Parts: sequence; structure tokens; C-alpha cells
Amino acid sequence: MSALSDQLLIVTVLAYLAAMIGYAAEFSFGTRGVVARAATRARERELVTVGGPADAPVSPAPPAAPVQETPRGRAALVGRLAVALTAVGYLAHLATIVTRGLAANRVPWGNMYEFVLVVCFAGATAWLVLLSRRPAVRPLGLFVTLAEIVMLLIAGMRLHTEAGPLMPALNSYWLKIHVSAAAIASGVLLVGFVAAVLTLLRLGHDKGKRSFPFTLGQRLPDAQTLERLTFRVHAFAFPIWTFAIICGAIWAREAWTQYWSWDPKETWSFISWVIYAGYLHARATPSVKKTVATWIAILGWATMMINLFAINLVVTGMHSYAGVK
Amino acid sequence: MVEVEAPAADRVDSGSPLPRGNGFGPWFVALLRRAWRQLTSMRTALVLLFLLAVAAIPGSLLPQRSIKIEDVNAYLRKNPDLGRTLDRFYLFDVFSSPWFSAIYLLLFVSLVGCLVPRLRTHVTALLRQPPDAPARLNRMPAYAEGQAREEDLPKLAALLRKRRFRVAVRGTTVSAEKGYLKETGNLLFHFSLLALLVSVAVSHWYGWHGSRNIVAGPDGRFCNTLQQYDDYGLGARVGAGDLPPFCMQLDRFETTYTANGQPTMFRAYVRYSDGRGAADKTTEIEVNHPLRVGGAGVYLLGRGYAPIIRYTDRFGKSQTSIQPFIPNDDRMTSSGVATFPDANVDPATRKQDPNDQIGFQGLYLPTMSSHDLTMAQSLHPDERNPRLLLVAYRGNLGMDAGLAQSVFTLDQSRINSGKLQKFDTTKALKPGEAWPLPDGSKVEFLGTRAFATMTVRHDPGEMYALGAAVCLLVGLLMSLWGKRRRIWLRVDGDRVEAGGLPRTDYSGFQAEFDEIVQAARKEGTFR
Repeated sequence: MSALSDQLLIVTVLAYLAAMIGYAAEFSFGTRGVVARAATRARERELVTVGGPADAPVSPAPPAAPVQETPRGRAALVGRLAVALTAVGYLAHLATIVTRGLAANRVPWGNMYEFVLVVCFAGATAWLVLLSRRPAVRPLGLFVTLAEIVMLLIAGMRLHTEAGPLMPALNSYWLKIHVSAAAIASGVLLVGFVAAVLTLLRLGHDKGKRSFPFTLGQRLPDAQTLERLTFRVHAFAFPIWTFAIICGAIWAREAWTQYWSWDPKETWSFISWVIYAGYLHARATPSVKKTVATWIAILGWATMMINLFAINLVVTGMHSYAGVK
Repeated sequence: MVEVEAPAADRVDSGSPLPRGNGFGPWFVALLRRAWRQLTSMRTALVLLFLLAVAAIPGSLLPQRSIKIEDVNAYLRKNPDLGRTLDRFYLFDVFSSPWFSAIYLLLFVSLVGCLVPRLRTHVTALLRQPPDAPARLNRMPAYAEGQAREEDLPKLAALLRKRRFRVAVRGTTVSAEKGYLKETGNLLFHFSLLALLVSVAVSHWYGWHGSRNIVAGPDGRFCNTLQQYDDYGLGARVGAGDLPPFCMQLDRFETTYTANGQPTMFRAYVRYSDGRGAADKTTEIEVNHPLRVGGAGVYLLGRGYAPIIRYTDRFGKSQTSIQPFIPNDDRMTSSGVATFPDANVDPATRKQDPNDQIGFQGLYLPTMSSHDLTMAQSLHPDERNPRLLLVAYRGNLGMDAGLAQSVFTLDQSRINSGKLQKFDTTKALKPGEAWPLPDGSKVEFLGTRAFATMTVRHDPGEMYALGAAVCLLVGLLMSLWGKRRRIWLRVDGDRVEAGGLPRTDYSGFQAEFDEIVQAARKEGTFR
């Protein structure tokens, strides 16, 4: 069962990789793809609203549309295919985690390898939910799957450990609550991080920057949409992160006598919490520029990564459950 | 604050220019006022938040006294110069350092300065009717117009009331507002932070904790007094007499392992009396399952082996040492000592030569390799092939000097200076085996007893902290997902206008507004 789980992980990564190629194809060739159409649609709606009930006919069709009909359709098809491949990868991902849990006969998030798998799964879930609610965000898929693949490869190649039983300190129902909440929050924040980076690319492109990373901004949804999306995703994840920390504190009181003892992992989750709180405040403050606020969100993700990798693998503390040799 | 509108304090960043030539008094007041405005501005709060995050970093990278004092001492021994400098800046006590405290106290002062005016504003808003409609409703982000009669005004108001808007009717105008919970949640969140800080202070002042290695058996019985703890910490407002009286004894310790030696369960079977004179009760303590007694929690945090070592001196007098050996690795290679400061008392004179004391430095291997006898490391944490490696020392142990000494090693400086001298070569003993020493004395390894490291903690602030944390989360959800919005309706003759204003970032507002107008159209009050 454990070996099956390992093989399913390869399937997952390959499916995400194929999906990423699909997203990339749509991204590069579908110049008038979903994004443009979404933008057009938004403009139409705006016109209708402004025009009110007056029956002044608005001509919504962009003049170039008929000429580009075919490539647009093909690119969109590739884009839809990419979504389907993401779904395939998602199912394989789920199966990877389930078989791992069955192999170890416990919840499948008892060490660092499994934790990263679950974080990525939460990220993929967040992405698919987002996509189903707002199809216009599809151009982000390239970057979300890229982030997923990077994380999964790190997990598979560097963090892999044999499925085994839990150490006694982890043997508590709080493991189910605290760790899953932390994984969900991290997964959603992963998507938030991707959205934040893309917001900055788009904002930079809008300001006239034409050097490499900003050229990507051209094909992204408009800056306001991206910036809002970034905020939404973070506003969704932040309470989950808060909940994870509170559950951790309750568990710490049961297991380590004290609800808060400034263990390195606790310290860094506090740092992340403070930075993300700073982001939410900065974004709500009109005198702080949107670029500055978005950078704070990226800084928040950097602290999450330090917490996951540096603290687990380099610093010793009470949260030493990584199990990585 | 998660709201689009800036608090009043944020709009005035530098304040009005300081008055000149009016004497010192007004100038000073203006300066104070400006400083206060600066401190309570959102920008300052953000800077303080980041300072707080940055200030916490050294606490996670350097060893901290509050977490593991041994690591701090080891660090200081290794890097004495750097260590002293770091220590001067409280870098081993980051979370109780003046600079860390200064940051969070300033942050909380700034928070209070921001919260109090907002609380006042919010209470006023709650007591007040929704504000009157602006003169030109068609300037509002959401707008609709149609035909209506003035008699239908109550029906329109009822429609909004049904949607849980707070509604005020002034003449021919209906004002409605909804989403007050957002600001309520916002305030709740921030006040919960203050409550959390207070609970932490309560924990600090009125809490206490202590820990101790309890060896199995009636002679290892432990009672909750300061003298019996290996180490302890008392809150500022707690005295030694405030500890609840209870006693506890470890009967048995159980550990289960997987095949490769990973422990899967630790369980301590204990008996305890709660100090009210009743008979002992028995219970089990596990990791994650502490025992609550006398308002305190008793936690199982570690375990190990205490070898039973009997020494019979050259006059034939026997003494037994059962001291915990501290595990050095996860296979329970453990080190410790057995000291006999009262050995070799001459029965004739009843006097002891102070340089005739005996000490053993020991290494205990629960499972020694049967092939490689030089390997001083255990292969398995369970006792499968136990060996006790002993080195015997004779001399002055220095225990009468009254200096604090480690109970797990002999004083290395005494060994180096020759005050303690090695007796014989290292010897590996099986349980039950005896080792005759050259002076006619002998040492026997009789077996081991389990010991459990128990920490007892009383924390009166923890329940307040939990309550504050729950309020914090509720407030956070309310403030992040609440949406404050206003809708106005104005009937002018047979014309009706509706205007809507989302007061926060709320992309679904247009849809909600349209739905309300649609519902009114359906009722026939808005045609």
C-alpha cells in the first residue's frame, strides 16, 4: 500500500505537469482567450448598467473577434483540457494521501513528507474551487500547478519517509484538528501567494515595465481582479491559520503543559500570523499602496516557507516530527 | 482594522504645525497631541507589527533560557565572548526582554488609542438611525429608478426590514443600513487581543510549575513541595505555601515499541493522594493525557532507567543508589552517576577520611551489541541485553562544599585536578553481576527501575486565554466576512429612486441591490 502511494504520487505529479503544459499553451497562444473575453464581458455589463433600462443598442462584439475565432477556440479547448488534467491529478493526489493513510493505519499527516502532500492537496482544492466559481482566473493555472509541482517534487525527492506509526507525542485527536487546519491554511495561502505574485506582475506591467517577469503580466486578468482575489484568498485563509494556532495552543497545553512556550515553530507561526495580519491591515488602509500591501503577503508566504523547511530541518524544537533522515 | 474607511487618526499623519511664540505650555500640548496621533496611526501600528515579527526571530534561532536553560549554558561555554555580548542584549531571553516588551506594549497602546474612538463611533452608530439619503442618489455606486406611490413607502421599508436592514423612514425617504456586525467583530477581535495579553500576565503572576524525575517504587514517592522539585518556577504573586498539597508515586512504567524500536506508547501507572487525607487513588498518565489534581496538571514529559547500584565498602557496609540516568539518544543510551559520599566510615573510629569517598560514572545500555563490545551505544530502547558500564572513582566528591552540582555527571574539574582518582578500568556489568574492586570493596548492579519525568503546572490564566482566543476568532470571522452597506429609497411624486452604497469591499453588492429592487418590482411597489 505504501509503494502504491509512492507510485500514485508520480502519477499526480505527471498529471499536474501535463495540466501545466496545457495552461501554458493556452496562456501563450490564446491571446484573446478567456481573459480577453472575460474583460469584454465585464465591459458589456458595465455599459448595460450605466445605460440603464434605456434600450440604446450597444455593440459588444470586438472588431477583431471573427478573424481570431479559430485560435481562440483551440486555445480555450486546451485550457479546458488542462482543467480536466488538473482534476485527474487531483484524484491521483487524493488517492496518494488515502493509500498512505491506509498503509500507516492512521491519519496521513504524521510527518513532514505527508504534511507537504496534504498542504499541496489543500492548495489544489482551493484552486479547483476558485476555478469553478470564477472561470476567468484560468490563466493563473500555469503558476498554481507550477507551485504545486515544485512542492510535491521537494516532498517526493527530499522529504520522503517510510509509512510508519505515530510517535506517542502525536497520538492525540488534536493531530487531526490542528495539523489539518494548518495544512488547509497553508494550502490556501499557497494559492494566495501565487495570486499575490501575479498581482505584482500585472501591476508592474501596467506601470510600463517590460522586462522579463513583467511581460507575463500582459496576459493576466486585470490588476484589480487579481488584487481582490489575492485579498479574498488571504481573508479566507487567515482565520483558518488563526484556528490552527489556537488548536495548537490547546494541544500544547495537553501535551507540553503550557499553551505557548515560544518553541521555534510556534514563534514562526506567530511571525507569519503577524505578517498576514499586517497584510490585511495594510490593504484596508488607503494610504498604503497596493503594491506594498501585496509585497507583505509575499513576505508572509516567505515566513511560512521558512517555518516549514528551515525550522523543521535545521532548528531543533519540540515540533521535531519531520522524520526526515 | 479591516475596513475601507480610514480611522480618523490615520487621515492626519503629521498633524497641524506646532504653534510658535505662544509660550511653552501650548507648544508642549501640541507636541504631545501630535505624538499621540502618530502613535495611534495605522502606519505606526503596521511598523510596530513588523518590528514585533522581526524581534521574535532571534528567539527562534538562539537557545532561550525560558525553553531550555542547558542549551543556553552550553552556548555560553562554547562562545564565551559572543555569548556575553548577546546576553547583554537579552538575546537568550528574547520574549521577556525590555525591547520585545517595549514593542508589544507600544503596539497595544497604539491599539487602545485606535480602538477607543472607534468603539465610541460604533456605539453612536448603533444607537443612531441610519443616516439620511444623500441629495443625489444617482451618484451612488448602485442606482435604480422607477415609479411608485407614496402610500407604498411603508411596504418598501418593510421589504428592507425583512432582509434584516435597520430602517429609518424620514418623510418620503427610506434609509436602511446593514452589516453592523462587521465593525462589532472588528472591535471584538482587537479587544480580544488585549484580553489575551491580560491572561498571559495572569499566567505569569499567579502560575507556577516544577518538574522532577520520579523513580518507580514507594521510596520514590514525591510530594508537591518546592524542595522536592529538580527545578521549578514560581509566578511573581505565588509563594511556596500556595502549592496545593498532593503526593504521588510511580508504580510501573509501560512502553511499547515497533519492531525497529520506535516507541508507540508511554504509560505511567501512578497512585496519588490529593492531600485531603483520603486513601491513594490509582490512575494512568500518558503523553497527551495529563492528570489534573489540586488545580494543577501533572504531565508525563520523559522517561528513562534508574540503575540500582549497591556498593559494599571495604568495611562491609552496603549502600544502594537508585538515581535516574539521563537518556542521550532515542535508543536510551543513558548516562548518570552513583555517588557514595558516606562510604568507608571506619566502624572503629566512626570517622571518614574525606578523600575516601566513592563515586561511579556510569553509562547504561538497555540493549548492548553482542558483537561489538566496544560500542558504547544502545541498539534498542527496550532492555534486551542490558549492560551497565561503570568507571569507579575515589577521592573527595566535593558534595559538602554546598555548590550546585550536576546529578548526572561527576565533577570533571575534580577528576582533572586529581581530587578524584580512577580506581580501575571500565567494567561492563550484567544485571545481578558484582565487580570486586582492588581495595576489597565491591559494587553490584542489581537491575533497573523506571523513572518518569513529570512536570506539574498550574496556570490560572489559561482559561481566560482560551476564552479570549475564541472571541478573537469569532471577531475575526465577523470582521472579515461582514459587509456594511446602505440603501436609500426616495419617493418624489410618482417617481422612486433607489441608491446603494457598499461601505466595504463587497463585490456582490450590485447583485444584492438588484435582487431587492426586483423583489420590490414584484410586489408592485417599484414599477
